[in-house]
Amino acid sequence: MNAEIALFLIQDGFTNGAIYALLALALVLVFAVTRVIFIPQGEFVAYGALTLASLQLGKLPGTAWLLLGVGLAVAALELTQALRLGAAQRIPAIIFNYIVLPAALLGLAWWAAPQKPALTLQILLALFLVVPLGPMVYRLAYQPLASASVLVLLIISVAVHFAMTGLGLVFFGAEGSRTPPFSDAQWKLGVLTVSGQSLWVMGASLALIVALLLFFEHTIYGKALRATAINRVGARLVGVSPAMAGKLSFTLAALIGALSGVLIAPITTIYYDSGFLVGLKGFVGAIMGGLVSYPLAAAGALLVGILEAYASFWASAYKEVIVFTLIIPVLLWRSLTTHHIEEDEE
Amino acid sequence: MSALLEVRGLCVAYGKVEAVHQAALRVEEGRIVTVIGPNGAGKTTLLAALMGMLPARGSIGYAGEDITRVEAEQRVSRGLCLVPERRELFAAMTVEDNLVLGAFHRYRKRDKTIAADFAQVYQLFPRLKERRRQLAGTLSGGERQMLALARALMSRPRLLMLDEPSLGLAPLIVRDIFRVIAGLRDTGVSILLVEQNARAALQVADYGYVLETGEIVLEGPSGDLASDARVIESYLGLVSGNPD
Repeated sequence: MNAEIALFLIQDGFTNGAIYALLALALVLVFAVTRVIFIPQGEFVAYGALTLASLQLGKLPGTAWLLLGVGLAVAALELTQALRLGAAQRIPAIIFNYIVLPAALLGLAWWAAPQKPALTLQILLALFLVVPLGPMVYRLAYQPLASASVLVLLIISVAVHFAMTGLGLVFFGAEGSRTPPFSDAQWKLGVLTVSGQSLWVMGASLALIVALLLFFEHTIYGKALRATAINRVGARLVGVSPAMAGKLSFTLAALIGALSGVLIAPITTIYYDSGFLVGLKGFVGAIMGGLVSYPLAAAGALLVGILEAYASFWASAYKEVIVFTLIIPVLLWRSLTTHHIEEDEE
Repeated sequence: MSALLEVRGLCVAYGKVEAVHQAALRVEEGRIVTVIGPNGAGKTTLLAALMGMLPARGSIGYAGEDITRVEAEQRVSRGLCLVPERRELFAAMTVEDNLVLGAFHRYRKRDKTIAADFAQVYQLFPRLKERRRQLAGTLSGGERQMLALARALMSRPRLLMLDEPSLGLAPLIVRDIFRVIAGLRDTGVSILLVEQNARAALQVADYGYVLETGEIVLEGPSGDLASDARVIESYLGLVSGNPD
């Protein structure tokens, strides 16, 4: 290996690592707020990428129908609950949020897709079709059991993961998709060639991380999420409902996932089930931060990206093995350096 | 005068064990009402149920509405507020952020008067102003209680429920806290105060209830309770007449 290859691998590692870092942050966020280990995180990556790919082909993405379907299911659930509690004043909002809006988005996608709008508009539309699935999934799958143990929530996550992978196959088919890059620009930096796309990925990831930081530090909803993560009882006492916090954190996680998918779609071919492996690498990063530390999770995810790049150079057949084996020494180190905290301790 | 809080036949159970049985109590607008009783009588459970943090049977009337089935977060936005025994602060956040979160439901309603309340709360607790950039977890016990109280005030409560505000605090700080509580009544806040420190509670309150093993066994204006032989014997100790 010479310096040129080493630099190239580092660039490659950072590009993938940036995506893993985003996913790791989303996993830490969701876990801190809801105690859910969000295995379906990767499905949002695949959905984001495949929705954009459909739009670029001028086809109506399957997620538009899925959104309406899931919306109807949530509406049914919310309406029965509203009727049981005698809260009829909630009904118009439920119908608007879960039936009218998804239907409107379906209509918009139907109308816009064949016209092949500009890339930014396609990306926006893809995000609008995928991100609302986040809070809806929370409402359907997690909220009814929100106070269950971490293990039960994990089992729900596994189920949601399989359901979403299966639905991905139904709505997108078995073929993989790859989208054209955002930019064809290439720069020579000494011996290194930097592609516009990898700069896009790193720049967008960094921007999103800064935006998240500002959100958590300076907005009332960001503070409410932090408060819920720190003290659930205290948060309820100031009027932050766990359901609201859960939906908000799932919205953010879905946004991060879908955006990651949009960013990597031009770099790798994405299939309906590709999200899982991508998400799992973010998870390895998140584990390095103990599922609690945002900076450690991001750093860990970058490390995973770089390790993966070098592993694919030296032993490409063992690439995944090497990356996932990393979790064993990390877990050992963590279990030796941190003392165990009981789950009920809040 | 009509009651702000009117509780009838309230039963709260943990599984099969009933912690509060058929409790009935009233808090009138602008009054301080205290519930005294020994450890484990169900005082904390009672408050948690009133706040909606525990499921309960019976009826809880508040401001002319039945709120028995209203969720805790909704009760906060209607002006109920609980300062729990364990304070439940956000330890890893700054004092100021804790106060900001106290006003969470008002931010959601785009209330424009929050800034003025900050000034008022800082005036009431100058110590918190000095430490507003400090993490809540680094405060002393007395400062934490002040912060818990201040956070509650940021929600602009109509009915403030305080669970053992004097617990674990030095006598001087207890006096400060009770002075603040007495001052709150003058601003129109109604207060339901649960205390083991019966002497201090009866001094500040207008009316009192005695809760024993989940049942209200005695009630009356606090002056009458303070001179009741049973209360003196069980809760005020034998050294009566001690001005604290």
